[in-house]
Amino acid sequence: MNLFEYQAKTLLARYGVPVPAGAPIASVQEVDAALARVPVGPWMVKAQVASGGRGKAGGIKRAATPVEVRDVVQQLLGRTLVTRQTGPAGVIVHRLLLEEAQPVEQELYVAVTMDRRRACPLLLASTQGGMEIEELARVRPDAIIQEAIDPWRRLQPIQARRLAQALGFKASLLTQAADLIQRVVTVFFEWDCSLLEINPLVVVKSSTEGHVTPRLLALDAKVTLDDNGAFRHPEFQTLQDELELDASERQAVQAGVSYIRLSGAIGCLVNGAGLAMATMDLIKHHGGEPANFLDVGGGASIKQVTEAFQILCSDPQVKAVLVNIFGGIMRCDVIAEGIRAALAERPLRVPMVVRLEGTRVEEGRAILQRSGLSLISANDLTEAAEQVVKAAKAAGT
Amino acid sequence: MSILIDRSTKVRWQGITGGAGSFHTRGCLEYGTQVVGGVTPGKGGSRVERVPVFDTVREAVANTGATATMIFVPAPFAADAILEAAEAGIQLIVCITEGMPALDMARIKAVLKGRPTRLIGPNCPGVITPGQCKIGIMPGYIHKPGKVGVISRSGTLTYEAVWQLTQRGLGQSTVIGIGGDSILGSSFSDLLPLFEADPETEAVLLIGEIGGSDEEDAATFSQKHMTKPLVAFIAGQTAPPGRRMGHAGAIISGSHGTATEKIAVLRAVGIPVADTPATIGATLQALLTSRVS
Repeated sequence: MNLFEYQAKTLLARYGVPVPAGAPIASVQEVDAALARVPVGPWMVKAQVASGGRGKAGGIKRAATPVEVRDVVQQLLGRTLVTRQTGPAGVIVHRLLLEEAQPVEQELYVAVTMDRRRACPLLLASTQGGMEIEELARVRPDAIIQEAIDPWRRLQPIQARRLAQALGFKASLLTQAADLIQRVVTVFFEWDCSLLEINPLVVVKSSTEGHVTPRLLALDAKVTLDDNGAFRHPEFQTLQDELELDASERQAVQAGVSYIRLSGAIGCLVNGAGLAMATMDLIKHHGGEPANFLDVGGGASIKQVTEAFQILCSDPQVKAVLVNIFGGIMRCDVIAEGIRAALAERPLRVPMVVRLEGTRVEEGRAILQRSGLSLISANDLTEAAEQVVKAAKAAGT
Repeated sequence: MSILIDRSTKVRWQGITGGAGSFHTRGCLEYGTQVVGGVTPGKGGSRVERVPVFDTVREAVANTGATATMIFVPAPFAADAILEAAEAGIQLIVCITEGMPALDMARIKAVLKGRPTRLIGPNCPGVITPGQCKIGIMPGYIHKPGKVGVISRSGTLTYEAVWQLTQRGLGQSTVIGIGGDSILGSSFSDLLPLFEADPETEAVLLIGEIGGSDEEDAATFSQKHMTKPLVAFIAGQTAPPGRRMGHAGAIISGSHGTATEKIAVLRAVGIPVADTPATIGATLQALLTSRVS
């Protein structure tokens, strides 16, 4: 689960990581309240979308006066942002984050990620903040400092200081940075993160009582939570409720099936993530475009299959459906019953190709045959893909 | 011959008394697996499908001589179950459990380092040596004893591939599902040496998917250390970046872990990669035929 920036910053602030003063805004009516919480301008108004590259897409704007803040909020709310990660359809902006603008002196990069190869959390840092880490890794791999974290002992203070020093910090900033790094790693562990990125981490000059002192701030933050950690974090649910999931994606979460909407015309219902991906690939290979990824999982019930089927068919773009099941734990008769139940409730408006194989395949095929549903059955994968692509094309995509 | 398990393997179960646990215990018993004991704390002394249940792994090992275990406990308890098995000196742990947090796996990997225990999974269908021993949830009948080793990150896609092999008369020496998570007990490269050393295995099929760099590592390993031929398939050519495709490990981050990248690396070291999931069996058969002639 990818958190919005304001969620990520709230989380970091709870653990004592310094972030700019800010307030989320979901409607124009909330502007005054937000300004009351962030009284000092100038301000930054930042679109809350779970996608990188929003700055370049016009999703971050500066405002010098409260009137300008209101104007910018009106411009951005409800607007569609097209970034390099969203695809051409873009994402609609439903929330903004109002923040005090910062006099940035220096931009750095700090992140914790799960290193799959070494099987441990890995701390990454660079003095080249603001850039994308991938791009940096390509052009200046030497500019990225790494520190592996023992998953049992976590980060030792010496490791945090070493990293702060390697970033070139001295005196007060050195202790500030070491402290911040320690807190960031704590959040990573305490919240089962798979990525926690602060980019940029900035140095700002702040003056208190005539003294000008440099201070560190997490200016932007990106947090990805490990969905598998949800069982020990009841708060994951609250955070997820705030995310703008597609209505059918939300329904899928409730039904306990894995669904991702894509842009094609062929709806797929498959058991198992690997087979679901492979089925999408096969459709593409035969000249079609998948409308979704849908894995009903290993041990789905008839009810889950029914719901999955309804989610799939509610996508108006779907011109044909392919059901591809290889029964293992999942029995073909359960799938067949689920399809029958779903179609009894809401008859299918598009052609459907069914390919069943594996556990109780004969029973499954018999159920579908007896149901009187008009289905195109296929005996193997290639035949199934060819049939469904043909059907979708005939339906005029 | 085979790798990891055969008809003499004595298996013990963790999580034997749950509904799914006892269902699959029956499945493995029917396949001929020697399931000698189960473990569910608090249920010691009872029986499931004639199999005695013990409270602790140590007790089960002492009483049954089991060398392998299948873990079927819910995700919140899986890490502890693996550690208990490792601590009792079990050689092979097969963890079927889905949904383990990556941090739990990182901790487990740190504990297992340097120990003789091998972990397969989590979030995997298990291991089968056709005709001899099944430690997992895969349908037994689709397999056939033979000479192709299979290692896969997927479940049902493995069944699909195995079924294609069996229908072409290509039996399997051992089929291993290593799991769909981001941190796994065993990688492709951890298991390839076993197939290389197994006299019965003639070729190895790798079924990979998007995310991570396990396939790239396998390509490097095979180039350096394998004399036996490999064939591969990579799922997820049409997957969008940044979205988790069901499996926790199947996610393209930035430009890394894409199917295109993996396929290119495998092909660069001479490993044929099936274009579609429908041609996995045919690709392997073509390779074996070309080597005979």
